Amino acid sequence: MISLREFKLGAVAVAVALGLAACSKEEPTPEPAKEAAKDAPPPAPQEIVVKIGHAAPLTGGIAHLGKDNENGARLAVDQANAKGITIGGKKVRFELVAEDDEEKPDKGPIVAQKFADAKVAGVVGHLNSGVTIPASAVYNQAGIPMVSGSATNPKLTEQGFKNVFRVVGRDDQQGPAIASYLVAEFKPKTVAVIDDATAYGEGLANEVEKSLKASGVNVLPRERGTKDTRDWKAILTKLRGRQPDAIFYGGMDATGGPLLKQGRELGIKAVFAFGDGACTEEMKKLAGEKQSEGLICSQAGIPVQAASKDFLESYKTKFNVDPILYSPFTFDATNLLIAAMQKADSVDPAQYLPALASIKHKGASGDIEFDERGDRKDAEMTIFTIKEGKLGPVAIVKAGTTTKFEDFMKAAEAAAAAAKAAMGKAGEAVSAGAAVAKEGAEKAVDAARSATSQALESAKDVAGKAAGEAKEVAGKVVEGAKDMVNK
Amino acid sequence: MDTFIQQIINGLTLGAVYAMVALGYTMVYGIIQLINFAHGEVVMIGAMVAFSVIGALLGLDSGLPPALIVLLGAAAAIPVCMAVAYAMERVAYRPLRGAPRLAPLITAIGVSIILQQLGMMIWSRNPLAFPQILENRIFHLGGATVSTVQLAIWLVAVSMMGALTLMIHRTRLGIAMRATSQNPQVAGLMGIDVNRVIAATFIIGAALAAIAGVMVGTYYGIAHYTMGSLLGLKAFCAAVLGGIGNLPGAMLGGLILGVVEALGAGYIGDFTGNWFGSNYQDVFAFIVLILVLVFRPSGLLGERVGDRT
Repeated sequence: MISLREFKLGAVAVAVALGLAACSKEEPTPEPAKEAAKDAPPPAPQEIVVKIGHAAPLTGGIAHLGKDNENGARLAVDQANAKGITIGGKKVRFELVAEDDEEKPDKGPIVAQKFADAKVAGVVGHLNSGVTIPASAVYNQAGIPMVSGSATNPKLTEQGFKNVFRVVGRDDQQGPAIASYLVAEFKPKTVAVIDDATAYGEGLANEVEKSLKASGVNVLPRERGTKDTRDWKAILTKLRGRQPDAIFYGGMDATGGPLLKQGRELGIKAVFAFGDGACTEEMKKLAGEKQSEGLICSQAGIPVQAASKDFLESYKTKFNVDPILYSPFTFDATNLLIAAMQKADSVDPAQYLPALASIKHKGASGDIEFDERGDRKDAEMTIFTIKEGKLGPVAIVKAGTTTKFEDFMKAAEAAAAAAKAAMGKAGEAVSAGAAVAKEGAEKAVDAARSATSQALESAKDVAGKAAGEAKEVAGKVVEGAKDMVNK
Repeated sequence: MDTFIQQIINGLTLGAVYAMVALGYTMVYGIIQLINFAHGEVVMIGAMVAFSVIGALLGLDSGLPPALIVLLGAAAAIPVCMAVAYAMERVAYRPLRGAPRLAPLITAIGVSIILQQLGMMIWSRNPLAFPQILENRIFHLGGATVSTVQLAIWLVAVSMMGALTLMIHRTRLGIAMRATSQNPQVAGLMGIDVNRVIAATFIIGAALAAIAGVMVGTYYGIAHYTMGSLLGLKAFCAAVLGGIGNLPGAMLGGLILGVVEALGAGYIGDFTGNWFGSNYQDVFAFIVLILVLVFRPSGLLGERVGDRT
């Protein structure tokens, strides 16, 4: 055992040694380096590095969705760097700092604090509502703007934080959307509601239940799994005895797939309806081709395949996989941060936050504007179904009205066609104008040319005459002089 | 009543899987008093290898009957899991033989994390859809249903447990294993290669785990790199419930735990006025574990100190 005194002495010695080492490193300032610097060309415009944080689960049950989110943000950052953006007169290089929040609510604030300590300029994320809500308090305290591309729980933006935004719709928009579609299309008498006991799943299930009850549907007592549940047979067996006409599940695809498969195996004929977390292409594989047929699900926002072509292609080229679910939204969220910095011409969160709040941006998921809470204005909800083994959109719900997806696409196409026609007309007008201008210019040039030549000719005449006269005068003078000499 | 019978059927299927995995825990514990927490990960690797092989065979369009493809998948998974278990024992546990019991326990947790991350690196983070190629016919028993996959799981589990029991009691290796579990030093003096016997125990447990992995994959239709951890923990509870180190105990414990879980999840909501929901399904295993440790620490059939395997 060393005594405390000895320990203290040792500690002091170590500290002194460390201090000396540190000093010895600093003291001899390298003279030659200074001279070399004199010869070097004047420094190029300074480059600053701006860190953007991204948080999502990169391990655990929905790590695939987390990676998809991260890829969306990374694509935006890389594109911005390739463009070479200048803010405040300095060239900016963006750096994505990706963290794993393990989809654990208690890990959210830890990751958030890490970002705050690393002085990130903005944060994209988190993926899960349950993680985003506790993390948002830390961002609020640190004054870091945060844009989530997938947290749909209403609570997130109702905490009164000025720096919290989301580019997806809310569960209280999504829940009524899927519930009203379910009621209108299938007219169920009894519906069972299941959730995965997460902030997202439970929040969405609550909204669905509320809307269903409001339309006079009988809702069975809530059943719950967890985010890791694979065995749903006990719950489904119980439900089978109560014969619901439809079953709604608020949860993710990794748990929703087995739920659907086991439900069909138990011979449940009810319609299954899922929320956005389980509205992925994977569903038909996870649940099986036959079992997944007829599944109804909703997405807060537009379907991935309806994201801009540009985004889909660059994503595929860069990562060699197709985007899964929320990546268009994290892509947009990242671009929003960058665009707001450009607009405010500052990377200081306090400076660009107002620009972010009032931004108007055309992103991969459509036009984005925020309302005063930080929610996306007029967020669209899409209802999907799996038909003949394909997950396809059937309806778009916007501000309480349901449009069949075909009609929506037709309207979009019509709008695009109208825009195209208008563009065409404008083009014609421009070219007509140009023709007139060209003609005029040509005429003017011709006129100028002829005017010049006339002027030249007349000048020649004048000069010739003058020269003749001068000759005569000179001749006379010469003759006069000769006479004088002779005389 | 139909619901009750159905819950029992579900529980027995789940229990058969737990029992298969619990055997691996209990065998290893019986012989070196080590709780091999990485055992659940071996199940995961079994499911993943089978997934890859089945996927590859389907991709070849070989025209083989589906049942044969699944068998080939299992046949490929078994040797891989055996190799993993052997390597695990050789690298992580053998050097710690004779060390305090806490050291190998913590090592086991470390191995479990390593295997899980390896699984993630090899098979990605995505939940993999286990190919559903077996025709899943459904039989009606009154109002309850039984599927062919469930029948197959019961059949395989029962025959595997029978074969294991025979092996332990009738073969030379079985005798060597029992001798080693009673007293490794004396067994060594009797000319038994103790290291070889311990390695064999790990390997046999891994084979059962591989089969359990294929079962779980086919039953739930999903494989994921985290699937082993919770399954492993529950199987461990099953082993303790039956009396750790006791083979029939592990089988019984597994079946009981499966049924308790199914009934618990099915009825807890009704009995508590929905105060506790069915999301407490996973908790039953641990409640059972606590009850057993409080009231009957040696398990239902007793921890066989003298004749552990």
